[in-house]
Amino acid sequence: MSSTANRTTATEHPVAPPLPRPRGPLSAAVLELIRGRPGGCPPASGADAYGDDLQLALYCCYELHYRGFAGVDDGAEQGAVDDREWEPGLLTARRELERVFLGALRADTEPGRDVPAEVDGLLVEPTGPGSDTGVSHHLLGRGRLWQLREYVAHRSLYHLKEADPQAWVIPRLTGPAKSALVAVEHDEYGAGRPARMHSRLFAEMMTALGLDPGYGGYLDAAPASTLAEVNLMSLCGLHRALRGALVGQFAVVELTSSPGSLRMVRAMRRLGLGAAATEFYDEHVEADAVHEQLIRTGVWEPLLAAEPELAGDVVFGMRAAGLLGRRFEQHLITRWDRDESSLRAPLPPARPAAEPPTPTR
Amino acid sequence: MADEYAVVTVTADGPVLVPGPVEVVLPDGRRVRSERPVTALCVCRRSRRYPFCDTSHRARTRGGEDR
Repeated sequence: MSSTANRTTATEHPVAPPLPRPRGPLSAAVLELIRGRPGGCPPASGADAYGDDLQLALYCCYELHYRGFAGVDDGAEQGAVDDREWEPGLLTARRELERVFLGALRADTEPGRDVPAEVDGLLVEPTGPGSDTGVSHHLLGRGRLWQLREYVAHRSLYHLKEADPQAWVIPRLTGPAKSALVAVEHDEYGAGRPARMHSRLFAEMMTALGLDPGYGGYLDAAPASTLAEVNLMSLCGLHRALRGALVGQFAVVELTSSPGSLRMVRAMRRLGLGAAATEFYDEHVEADAVHEQLIRTGVWEPLLAAEPELAGDVVFGMRAAGLLGRRFEQHLITRWDRDESSLRAPLPPARPAAEPPTPTR
Repeated sequence: MADEYAVVTVTADGPVLVPGPVEVVLPDGRRVRSERPVTALCVCRRSRRYPFCDTSHRARTRGGEDR
């Protein structure tokens, strides 16, 4: 392993991210509740389900279940049960936000029950004119280094907690489906080797690109469409009733990642980046070729054999993930076509990867 | 794997799945290792990561038609 492996410690310690800045009344109210100040949350029913305010508010509610926030007394220190993670006021607010988000996703996705047909659709690689509209195609064909760095900053909101949202579904599955999903998760977590954890490989890639590898370091910079993808995973992971949708969402990630990862490796090489940068996507070319098989034959086939009534939710999870993925990619391409940053604030210039990252907080 | 036999799975349209870790011996005597819990071995020979699957076996469409 290169020297970057030794100095990237961001994902080895449970470092919590700083509280983000609010983006409207909902996120402002949630941040106040997280700080432990009394109050409530304004009604979410009129809010833009995919907008910055609601998505950030939801993201912050969910973050309490992952790492919490730095500089906030979350009650966990006392070893009591009345910690902020399970604060009724926050759970009430979260449920209102989830109603709006889930309602929008249900309204914007066509219902279906044919999981094999849905999977077959994902396994076809489009080629030729009109097929190269995605971000990885853009980066491969004509992407610039600043765009690639932005893409990685966006993706850090998920990849620094890679596989964590899906881990919540484990106790909700049984038998072969559980066993196969755990095999995939085990691989995501490095198969017993911490140095091979995908979240760590991602942090090392960020360092190689001169980005801040700190967990949640780009939360303020991430637009709603970036947060919405992670929020879908957290939503489906935390609700047992949405376990079918979680499996569907996971299938989309694992089935479509391999060819996209290969394009990312080639895009990075074209931009003159070395192995320290390409390792993460390089790993995913082969890893996700295996995961695709495990998810298809190991997870959803036995799951649907045991619980056929979940088919509709598996398809919903796949289509919701597809919808949010397209929205995210569209946002990036639209901004880049105008030569504008796709983040809420442009990235500072790359710091030299040869130097240790400076602490940001 | 609780059974005394390693279970090798031949998929309908893709790779052969072998429980890992494995060492693969190639015709030229080269040995490559995979430490994954499961390794997907390419049998269509289209993989650019041969002997490992990189999903190059997938169908491709051009203008909505199967090629």
